[in-house]
Amino acid sequence: MSLLKVKNLEKQFGGLKAISDLSFSVPENIIFSIIGPNGAGKTTLFNLLTNIYKPSAGSIFFKDKEITGLPPFKIARLGISRTFQNLQVFLNMSAIENVMVGCHLRSRTGLLASALRLPSVIQEEKEVRRMAEEALHFCGLSEYKDRPAAGLPYGLLKKLEVARSLASKPKLLLMDEPAAGLNDTETQELCQLIKRICESGITVLLVEHNMSLVMEISQRVLVLNYGRLLAEGPPEQIQKNPDVIAAYLGE
Amino acid sequence: MDQLLQFLISGLTVGSIYALVALGFSIIYNASDVVNFAQGEFVMIGAMSAIFLMKAGLSYPFAALLAIAITAGVGLALEKFAIEPAKNATVVSTIIITIGASIFLRGAALLIWGKEIYGLPPFTSNNPIKIGNATILPQNLWVMMGTAVTVLAVKYFFDRTRMGKAILACSYNKKAAYLVGIDVKKMLLVAYGLSAALGSAAGLLVTPITFMSYGAGVMLGLKGFCAAILGGMGNSMGAVLGGILLGIVETVGAGFISSGYKDAIAFFVILLVLFVKPSGILGKGETERV
Amino acid sequence: MKRLAGFAIFAAVCLLLPVIFPDNYYVTVVGLTIFLNITLAVSLNLLMGYAGQISLGHAAFFGLGAYSSAILTIKYGLNPWLAMILGAVLVICLSYVLSRPILRLKGHYLAMATLGLGIIVHIFFVQADELTGGPDGITGLPTLSLFGVAIDSDIKWYFVLCSYMLLSVLFSLNIADSRAGRALSAVHGSEIAAQMMGIDTAKVKSHIFVFSALMAALAGSLFAHQQDFVSPESFSFFFSIELVTMVVLGGLGSTFGAVLGAFILSILPEVLIVFEDFEVLVFGLILMVIMIFLPEGLFVSLKNRAAMMLSKRGIGS
Repeated sequence: MSLLKVKNLEKQFGGLKAISDLSFSVPENIIFSIIGPNGAGKTTLFNLLTNIYKPSAGSIFFKDKEITGLPPFKIARLGISRTFQNLQVFLNMSAIENVMVGCHLRSRTGLLASALRLPSVIQEEKEVRRMAEEALHFCGLSEYKDRPAAGLPYGLLKKLEVARSLASKPKLLLMDEPAAGLNDTETQELCQLIKRICESGITVLLVEHNMSLVMEISQRVLVLNYGRLLAEGPPEQIQKNPDVIAAYLGE
Repeated sequence: MDQLLQFLISGLTVGSIYALVALGFSIIYNASDVVNFAQGEFVMIGAMSAIFLMKAGLSYPFAALLAIAITAGVGLALEKFAIEPAKNATVVSTIIITIGASIFLRGAALLIWGKEIYGLPPFTSNNPIKIGNATILPQNLWVMMGTAVTVLAVKYFFDRTRMGKAILACSYNKKAAYLVGIDVKKMLLVAYGLSAALGSAAGLLVTPITFMSYGAGVMLGLKGFCAAILGGMGNSMGAVLGGILLGIVETVGAGFISSGYKDAIAFFVILLVLFVKPSGILGKGETERV
Repeated sequence: MKRLAGFAIFAAVCLLLPVIFPDNYYVTVVGLTIFLNITLAVSLNLLMGYAGQISLGHAAFFGLGAYSSAILTIKYGLNPWLAMILGAVLVICLSYVLSRPILRLKGHYLAMATLGLGIIVHIFFVQADELTGGPDGITGLPTLSLFGVAIDSDIKWYFVLCSYMLLSVLFSLNIADSRAGRALSAVHGSEIAAQMMGIDTAKVKSHIFVFSALMAALAGSLFAHQQDFVSPESFSFFFSIELVTMVVLGGLGSTFGAVLGAFILSILPEVLIVFEDFEVLVFGLILMVIMIFLPEGLFVSLKNRAAMMLSKRGIGS
């Protein structure tokens, strides 16, 4: 069964088509990568999937339910989470608080109960802290948990975003260029992390420029060029595809 | 019908003043991303300086020119001592800083000039001119013409002169402007000076009609802010248009509803505009990049 | 209970002051103003400091609470507590209806909208004189009594206002450290990321707007009874600005920052009286200087500095 299905998706900015007539589907429990030259529309696609941009046409299905046009927070509630290319860490909080925000969907205390700090709130707070610590541990961030996010180096902030998303227990995780700006060791760690995420039962949709990383971990690869689908298939097949080679070398 | 015409005349007069204040707002906003809550104080300082210079024996035109120069000096000082030192301030911080500046300037005016209300004589004779059953005072014409000339001069400055273009360049991208050799700091100073001068001009034009006191700048400043938003924040000609529209809507509304609610009508209109189209009449929306 | 240690000390000091200095003008008279201002600053900080949404019209809700109490008790002869509740309900409804369109706005636009709201409400107080008594206001509110005890002296008011203030501080501290508080901070930090974590940002903002307005309205009702008088002057645009200043002065996002800011700004006029005509000027100057040189606010800057010194000493020993 396919987890995510995109049908005839289109996005125009003014007269420019950033995405045109794009259809594909993502099977469950794999790492699915989207590659393409700069400006191919990869981040735009992510913004469409999470409805940060409204699609001009077409539809998106998640677990066979149409999610086109749903506000981002409702999409998140269905089990889609994402990280951002331009980091969107909450710099006004500590590392663990960032991840505790990720647990928002797995807890329920409202404003009034919080203000009164009812016993149930204290109980839930402990539970949330435990879940957040688990996610931090999974991403290797345990030792930084009480540090203010604003003081963490770039590489750790990227991991922190991943931990925050994982804390919401998504079915599908969208990762927007997680390796950008990382050195080789950090990239290797990231590679292991993504694999472990997938093994834990989360489908990963990856936008990435680092080809060796993509080819090493992906089960399927989709190539975008000028907002159109150029090719889709297993990595070995994509690497040999003459159109893909032309698109990359023809730049 | 005659009544409407009369309202239009007063509306256009008040609107012209708002337009000048709003223009000052948008010049500073463009140059430095700061909404200057002390803009109304420029109006007050311009008018009060002129009043007291005349009392000291200066002739009207000379007192007016000197008053504009004094206000421009206050504008420069504001940039130099309050805005420049707080370079990386957030939106909220800059709002507080300029509010602080406005309170400071009001306090200074209170010390220097006291609490009394003053007026200025009209520029020329004060015989009403009849248009049908409506009347128009020569000073109303002075306000409208003075505003028109000033606005055109400002437009010329930004469209045609090197310095005007340099300020615009700073507003689009400070770093790029700096890299092509524009003295960004100086341009900011010029923007604040110019904006203050515009405020003082508004004060000089309006005082013969409405009088002036140390606290009279506040509401004028806020209305200027309204006008700037109505026209589209950061769009200079939008600000002018916004000012004139606001003046007319407010006067006509006050005339038909109740003059006590005049200010409430203006702010009500702004709330509606913000709810329906926050980017104003001539403004463009923005999108966030993630 | 380490979490509330600071609060416990603060509460103890506040409650002991009138016992130690029973006839001190600063405790029993200025103290009342300070408590009301602290409550208002703390409630505004929930919106501005936690959720990052500026409001230049907070005095409007304070005023609506005060006028509701005055009008309903005097003109309609209602029981003071019932009047207070009705005023609160009115403010809840009004703020809820306004919250969504207003809080869709950001930055300067939000500043303008809240400012406009404050000014419109103030003009209403001045103009609707049949209802509000116009510029002269309304006097002669009935005495408020609690459990059969009439609150009719400064010292009794001290404990009533002090309790309400402490309650608001406690609520604010509790919220900071909870799921709801984190959702607010998330909205402040990055609205898009907050949405992606499943937070209904519009709802969260709307709820805190209403909650903060409600706290202000109740403070307004108490203020009206304590003063025995309401007039538009107390709820002007300038008072809204003063409230914002309190919050920013102490440090946005810190409950005790708001407390400190409110304390300083309430005591300042008493101190500045010696400057006579210089009062306004000095007030403006202080505002600018603090914002330029300590943009994080007094309390937060001092706290950070203390933490730095402590950690240095720790390394040294």
